[in-house]
Amino acid sequence: MSEIHKTMTIHLKIWRQKSPNDQGHFIEHTAKNVSEHMSFLELMDVVNQELILKGDDAIEFDHDCREGICGTCSMVINGNPHGPEKATTTCQLHMRKFKDGDHITVEPFRAKAFPVVKDLKVDRTAFDKIITSGGYVSVNTGSAQDANNIPIGKHTADLAFEVAACIGCGACVAACVNGSAALFTSAKVSHMALLPQGQAEREQRVLNMVRTMESLGFGNCSNTGACELSCPKEIPLESIARMNREFYCAEVKERPEKEIGGF
Amino acid sequence: MSVVLDAKIPEGPIEKKWDSHKFHMKLVNPANRRKHNIIVVGTGLAGAAAAASMGEMGYKVKAFCIQDSPRRAHSIAAQGGINAAKNYQNDGDSVYRLFYDTVKGGDFRAREANVYRLAQLSTEIIDQCVAQGVPFAREYGGLLDNRSFGGAQVSRTFYARGQTGQQLLLGAYSALMRQADKKTVEVLPRREMLDLVIVDGRARGIIVRNLITGEIETHAADAVVLATGGYGNVFYLSTNAMNSNATAAWRCYKRGAYFANPCFTQIHPTCIPVSGDYQSKLTLMSESLRNDGRVWVPKEKGDKRAPSQIPENERDYYLERIYPSFGNLVPRDVASRQAKFRVDEGRGVGTTGIAVYLDFKDAIQRLGKEAISEKYGNLFQMYAKIAGEDPYQVPMRIYPAVHYTMGGLWVDYNLQSTIPGLFVAGEANFSDHGANRLGASALMQGLADGYFIVPYSIGNYIGSEGSQIKPIDSNDGIFVSEKKNVSEGLDKLMKINGKRTVDDFHKELGQQVWENVGMSRSASGLKKVIGDIKSIKAEFWKDVKITGPKDYTNQELEKAGRVADFFELAELMAKDALTREESCGGHFREEHQTPENEAKRDDSNFCHVAAWEYKGAEEPIRHKEELKFDHVKLTSRSYK
Repeated sequence: MSEIHKTMTIHLKIWRQKSPNDQGHFIEHTAKNVSEHMSFLELMDVVNQELILKGDDAIEFDHDCREGICGTCSMVINGNPHGPEKATTTCQLHMRKFKDGDHITVEPFRAKAFPVVKDLKVDRTAFDKIITSGGYVSVNTGSAQDANNIPIGKHTADLAFEVAACIGCGACVAACVNGSAALFTSAKVSHMALLPQGQAEREQRVLNMVRTMESLGFGNCSNTGACELSCPKEIPLESIARMNREFYCAEVKERPEKEIGGF
Repeated sequence: MSVVLDAKIPEGPIEKKWDSHKFHMKLVNPANRRKHNIIVVGTGLAGAAAAASMGEMGYKVKAFCIQDSPRRAHSIAAQGGINAAKNYQNDGDSVYRLFYDTVKGGDFRAREANVYRLAQLSTEIIDQCVAQGVPFAREYGGLLDNRSFGGAQVSRTFYARGQTGQQLLLGAYSALMRQADKKTVEVLPRREMLDLVIVDGRARGIIVRNLITGEIETHAADAVVLATGGYGNVFYLSTNAMNSNATAAWRCYKRGAYFANPCFTQIHPTCIPVSGDYQSKLTLMSESLRNDGRVWVPKEKGDKRAPSQIPENERDYYLERIYPSFGNLVPRDVASRQAKFRVDEGRGVGTTGIAVYLDFKDAIQRLGKEAISEKYGNLFQMYAKIAGEDPYQVPMRIYPAVHYTMGGLWVDYNLQSTIPGLFVAGEANFSDHGANRLGASALMQGLADGYFIVPYSIGNYIGSEGSQIKPIDSNDGIFVSEKKNVSEGLDKLMKINGKRTVDDFHKELGQQVWENVGMSRSASGLKKVIGDIKSIKAEFWKDVKITGPKDYTNQELEKAGRVADFFELAELMAKDALTREESCGGHFREEHQTPENEAKRDDSNFCHVAAWEYKGAEEPIRHKEELKFDHVKLTSRSYK
């Protein structure tokens, strides 16, 4: 910690929207004496205290663990989901990354599949629907074998962990020009496809999850890579390639023989 | 009148109790299960696991959570790991040893039979999670890796880097969503439970507020499972998530469920220290770091030199000095208290002087930076982001913070509360950790309760008492009047329209509780704080200001209801701490300590659970459940 806390003045432009059907607008707010050690959400807390005391509604925003793991916080900060810092959720973004006098624009995650509830709060239940359609291994409680009977090479386990680390925040969707959920969906598809436990349902899983994703209003992936750059957990873009491969293989197998022809 | 609390511990030798109990339980025929509705409140490890398992068995389950998705429950933030008596490391572990360590670690204030069952189930949990695809850390040969945690001399902790809770929760969440797909479970996110509905003396439903539409909804069921977590946020600053709260549990208390050992709260020794008054929460640095990190302070009081300028012989590695056999891996209560003592002596570090060092220099020299990064990479990264310093270069500054609550609603061996049909699982109950929880045991308990205990208990309850559970309609009778009461309660809060924000009151309450019912408690402080809490509470009901609508999403209104309950809970915590005239585990009464400043238990007078009964405007009644230790001999804990 530096000996003297640096404080600064920050000019905020914040999106306000009463309900899903409200057109919405920006308000301007200047925050003074902002400590460099504050997190971005703590700055929003301070702004809210001031608004409430003036009799205004507090700005609604989703947040919970404030440790960068629950995936609840969202916000687009200066055009970037979770703000400018690489591999960082909004709650882990600290004001020391900004300068005195900075202008910051704060908006909700915007995507067709994530309707705004109020202000910066959006509805991400579409993600749960994708998982519901197949993001699991079908194993009932009590029917498992001894854990060490399934040896998994360290390299494979590490790869699976890397994609399983997805926090389901939706930054990938908000960052994508198409509003695609390909990175999110492919993270779960990859996690299960890499591990021996996921093999039995491997094909049906990817078919169900991709089709559900497409039915929910998410756009198609055009490989811009914006999702990978905005992902706070650095889920690799190659997951999408893996998902596509998994999907094509499964789809070809699914077709009746006469349609494929020549086999 | 004090009643005798019957824990319903099964007969027989401790190793056989659970098996024989399972055999004697009543069963519900698979075809009949779909006729029974079960409500599960909370979707953390305990709630999601219970809802998923009961869905698999064929019950009709409704799972509620306050988050926008069940995957975000605060179990997600658990870092270090989960204990299990697998003995994969061949270092002498066994079910009995895990049982022994947990009873001793809890300072002999937990129920032996429950803890033994927990240790037994620990191995099945690991099997279940691996089968779900949870990517635990592995060795090169492909087998599971383990590490050590506080209060144990074996390596029995399974982990997924510093994100074990996340991976376990996502496993339970995937099992839950699988049942949602099969339509056995209906998932209802963004709902907050505001009351429990009791019909003919049984828990039969809940009243919730839809946190998007603001609508007050009623839901009926044959049984209710509460898995809503702990009450650490009564302190305002804690490692809990911002929305973690005690409201669901507290409203059950006010409906007749006894609240056990509310003063047993865990202050975790290694958290990132407070940096300013805007601070909204504290961040834990996993206990697993104490495997490789060494805790120290300068020997000289008020030594303001940078840590690198302080030579080895001028450092006090106080945990290694005082507790040579456990060293840096003493249990949490002991490590926290020792950190507080050092700071109180004036040996604290950092600008505030309220911190100690956790130093990885030796481990990095021994194992290399890469190995340390492999084990703790995400924790080091998190620390660097929050503290703005690189822990590979300078030691971490850490200080204790509120982390977990061992107290909770009283339950018997079946995890049933004093209200028939209300079952309580995970951190929300009081059962397994006594006065201090060992690291990596919360995940174990949440999943044991959820996957393996609650589903059996529910079957037994419905199987044996089902004929007395009459059909009811959630749009009728008592549901209508309770719904009206809940709605009027919210109106009352909205109408105050005073001059202070909810957070402002919460901070004031938290400060009082931290200072007087925190790491160190005294009779005089506790007596005073009870009065102070009452006056802040009175002020709150006169002067709180809530803006925004009642009939649409409104986080200020949500917080106000939770803080209103925290006032009442804080008072009960202080009363419980005042009446427990001993020190044990996380409960340290200044009047009761050894000459070496260790906790001094009083087994002849306080070897019991204190379970409080709500009495409205009158004082609550303190009931006792005597604890018997037939297997682990009551001794004073020594980690020296």
